Amino acid sequence: MLSFYLYLGTAVLLVGIGGLGLWRGPELLRRILALNVIGAGIFMLMVTLAYRPVMQGEPADSVLHALVLTGLVVAVSATAFALALLGRLLTRAD
Amino acid sequence: MTIMLMISWLLLALGLMFFLAGSIGLLRFPDSFSRLHAVTKADTLGLGLLVLGLSLQSSWREGLLMALIWLIVMASGAVSCQLLARFSDEQPSESATQQED
Amino acid sequence: MALLLFDLVLCALLLLLAGAAMLSRSLTQAVTLFIAFGVMMALAWARLKAPDLALAEAAIGAGLTGALCFTALVRYAKQPAYPQPALWRPLTFIGLVTALLLASLSQIPLQPSSAIPALVQQHLPQSGVSHPVTAVLLNFRAWDTLLELLVLLLALLGARQAPGDLPRYRGWSLSISWSRLLSPLLLLVSGYLLWRGAAAPGGAFQAGALLASGLVILRLNQQLSWLSWRHFWVRMLVLGGLLAFVLAGAVSLLLQDLGAVWLSWPQSIAGAVILIVESFATLAIAVTLTLLVVGEPKPEVADA
Repeated sequence: MLSFYLYLGTAVLLVGIGGLGLWRGPELLRRILALNVIGAGIFMLMVTLAYRPVMQGEPADSVLHALVLTGLVVAVSATAFALALLGRLLTRAD
Repeated sequence: MTIMLMISWLLLALGLMFFLAGSIGLLRFPDSFSRLHAVTKADTLGLGLLVLGLSLQSSWREGLLMALIWLIVMASGAVSCQLLARFSDEQPSESATQQED
Repeated sequence: MALLLFDLVLCALLLLLAGAAMLSRSLTQAVTLFIAFGVMMALAWARLKAPDLALAEAAIGAGLTGALCFTALVRYAKQPAYPQPALWRPLTFIGLVTALLLASLSQIPLQPSSAIPALVQQHLPQSGVSHPVTAVLLNFRAWDTLLELLVLLLALLGARQAPGDLPRYRGWSLSISWSRLLSPLLLLVSGYLLWRGAAAPGGAFQAGALLASGLVILRLNQQLSWLSWRHFWVRMLVLGGLLAFVLAGAVSLLLQDLGAVWLSWPQSIAGAVILIVESFATLAIAVTLTLLVVGEPKPEVADA
């Protein structure tokens, strides 16, 4: 019960920290990392919501787990694409 | 039974001590070579003690799995330590070279 | 009580690592802290009773993202240092928004009101597998997984349009022999994960991510030089996940009655269809992620 709100709070704070990094930068690579931190916060929010049935002794919500699993793979592919664009940008700046 | 449990907790505490020492070394040592030295050696030993302590409290199958994990972590830790040391272009600091003499 | 202590330490560690990664002066430190953050996230998923996510995060967050970010870091080595911008303006605004969000958390009901988990449990025996997450991914919401494979393909095609040339790393004998020793082990574990996914945590995504990290290790040690987009069969592997999915969908449409829904498997062969689709999806995910992380070796320039 207390842990549930603790993880919810952590998720929101992670989104906040990611937002701070996204705003402040200054490097583009750090902004990409910040987007990933925001994503981790949102995933954590979803997984914590999926944890609620566990507190009543039932199995966790598998639909949310499946969605987050898809999200993890999509997030890493999007990060790879962003980093490829970043690499192109930096080689052109030279 | 209780003696086994006590030995197990002793080993766990000892393992944590090694982790702590390795982390302090990582934070406090002057150059990257001695930092690597501290973190890879002490953590490997600490993990081994943790595995030993936990396997006293678990079934033989879990103990075997943990021992396998320890072997892999030990080997990959050794390789990555060598790799990092090889590709860091930092020269050993004054104090480290003096100690080697 | 002990569990609450663990939760407190884990949450504090997560927040500290994320905050330090965002605010540290050096970019190298930021990337290193971010990788540590990924490992801790895997621990958090395991704590929150999501072992599927923990497996995937351990392979992706700790392995692949690390390789990706360090590759990007090499490019930053030549850049001049950036000035550190002021903190107070973003901190005020984001702090305000976050405080509002935190205050709104008390509105979240403790009792889940959605009926979907019960529906999943009810239809699980007809899905062909006994692990609910795999059943959702490859049967109940197979559309999501199909489109997710498409997203992976699009990311790869997009990244291929922006090639950047990187200094090649010459392998070193110790790391090469260790990679040779490690890769069969990773292959074994990913095959096991794929097979176990029918009944226990595991499945195509985890197996694919793990296989990809093994392939990346081998590629970084100057092996598997055939693994590039120019090779016909590699392209087929990348497309294979989508093709197998669409073919399976078409065949099961033909096998079923007229009113059947797209991507719903006939109950009698659902297990086999899911295993076939998952195998191709695993290979496609693994090869796509590998190509995304290590990119293309430059065609003409040989390391003499």
